[in-house]
Order: sequence, then structure tokens, then C-alpha cells
Amino acid sequence: MKAEYINPFIESTINALKTMAMVSPKREKLQVKKDGESAMYDISGIIGLAGGVVGSVVLSFPKETAMKIVASFIGEDVPDVNKDVLDAIGELTNIVAGSAKKIFYEQGHHFKISLPNVVYGKDHKINRARDVPCISVTFSSDAGPFAIEVSLKEVQ
Amino acid sequence: MKILVVDDSSTMRRIIKNTLVRIGYDDIVEAEHGVDALSKLDGVGMVLTDWNMPVMDGLTLVNSIRSNDQYKTVPIIMVTTEAAKEEIVVAIKAGVNDYIIKPFNQNTLQEKISKILGG
Repeated sequence: MKAEYINPFIESTINALKTMAMVSPKREKLQVKKDGESAMYDISGIIGLAGGVVGSVVLSFPKETAMKIVASFIGEDVPDVNKDVLDAIGELTNIVAGSAKKIFYEQGHHFKISLPNVVYGKDHKINRARDVPCISVTFSSDAGPFAIEVSLKEVQ
Repeated sequence: MKILVVDDSSTMRRIIKNTLVRIGYDDIVEAEHGVDALSKLDGVGMVLTDWNMPVMDGLTLVNSIRSNDQYKTVPIIMVTTEAAKEEIVVAIKAGVNDYIIKPFNQNTLQEKISKILGG
């Protein structure tokens, strides 16, 4: 996986959170994930990518960060992780994947994105294709830490 | 005026609904996908719809509305992550009156709705 493939997702994540949730994320560590490693945090939004590139993008949040971001996103108090929080994380993942898709499109890579799925639970695992490498990027923000995980490869 | 908000995400429907209420429109009907929307068109004066949805997507919904004599002039705004020029052209050709790309600033949403309903 080319390192430059991660940049559209970083850019789209920062832009989506700033525009829709008034949260300003700062990029922290970038690392390659090993097969079978758990998701970084408690709640993960997942979207599949298929076409000229294949893979997935995951936005993973600790419970507390997710609740703060979603409260700001919908403009209402969030008392706990309920179905509204899970739906909002799915929608945020959708917005990030959609924005990144546009950037890739302008660079000549065309692909479609799936509808989002959301997983909630400590140490949940996300099963990815074994031959598709995965890079994770952690962020800090005024709402707390979170991470994105991008697994992607070009189709010949 | 009754406004129909179509999106499979309850979060997005809520954000759009809150904006509509803020600018004075509180007669709002919600639908989760195109098929659901088609059954709720009666008396609707405007439709805001997402593109990517299960069951029936927003583009198919727009084509269905535009081919129905009773509703073909109802203003439609598409609110979507589909942001490539080619996709916007497809939506405009299908008959949407305006197009909002997610992520959007709530002021943008407010301006586009006011432009269509006020003009």
C-alpha cells in the first residue's frame, strides 16, 4: 500500500470533523497494523471500498470521544452510547469515505463505497483480507483520541 | 409547507430537520429510503434526499418523482457524499434543483433551502 493513499483519508477526517462536529483533530502516530490485531477503540465505523482499489476504511473511537463528537455533530446531549451514537458514527465514516473517494477520483482512482457498518464492544476485531495491508493513524482532539485504519490495494 | 427528508441515517435526518425547524419549517416527514419516500409524497412541497441508501437509492427516487405527473415539479435537493463532477451532472440531469455535498456547514444547508423555498 502506497503511503500517499493514506493522505486523502487523513484530510477528509480532519475536514469532516471540523465542518460537521466543530472538533479540530491533530494527527499523531502512523503505523502498519498486524493481521488479527484488535481495533484501536470501543466503537468502529466501517466502510468497504471496491473498484480500481479494494479495501476498507475504519474510524475507531473510545466511548467517551464518540459521545462528545456525536453530541456536537447532532447538537444535542448524548447520555450514553445508544443507537443514535452508533448511527452518527456510521454517518461520519460515510462522509469521510465519500470525501476521500472524491480526492482519489481526481487522481484517477475510481471506486465505490459500501453503506457503513458500526461495531461496538471492547477489543472487537475487524476481519480484513489477508493480502491487503493496513495502516492506522491516531489523532488527538478536543473531544479525545481516536484513530482511522485504512486497508487498501490497487487492482491490476 | 410539508417537507420530506430522505436519508438512511437517522443522524442526518435529525441534523436536516433541526435546520428546517430553525428556519421556520416544522411540518417535516421522514423516510429511510426511496421506497419509503414514494409512499410519503402526498402533500409534500419539497424533498431533501440522500443518494446512497438501501432498498432504493436517491437517484432512482428522483427519477421516479420526475416521471410522476403529480409530483414532477416538486423541488428536490440532493444531500450526499457523492462529490465527483460526473455524479453531480447525473443528478442535475435526473432533475434535482440543487446539490449539497457532505460534509456541509449548516449555514450552506440553510441558504440552499431558503433559496429554493424563498425564491
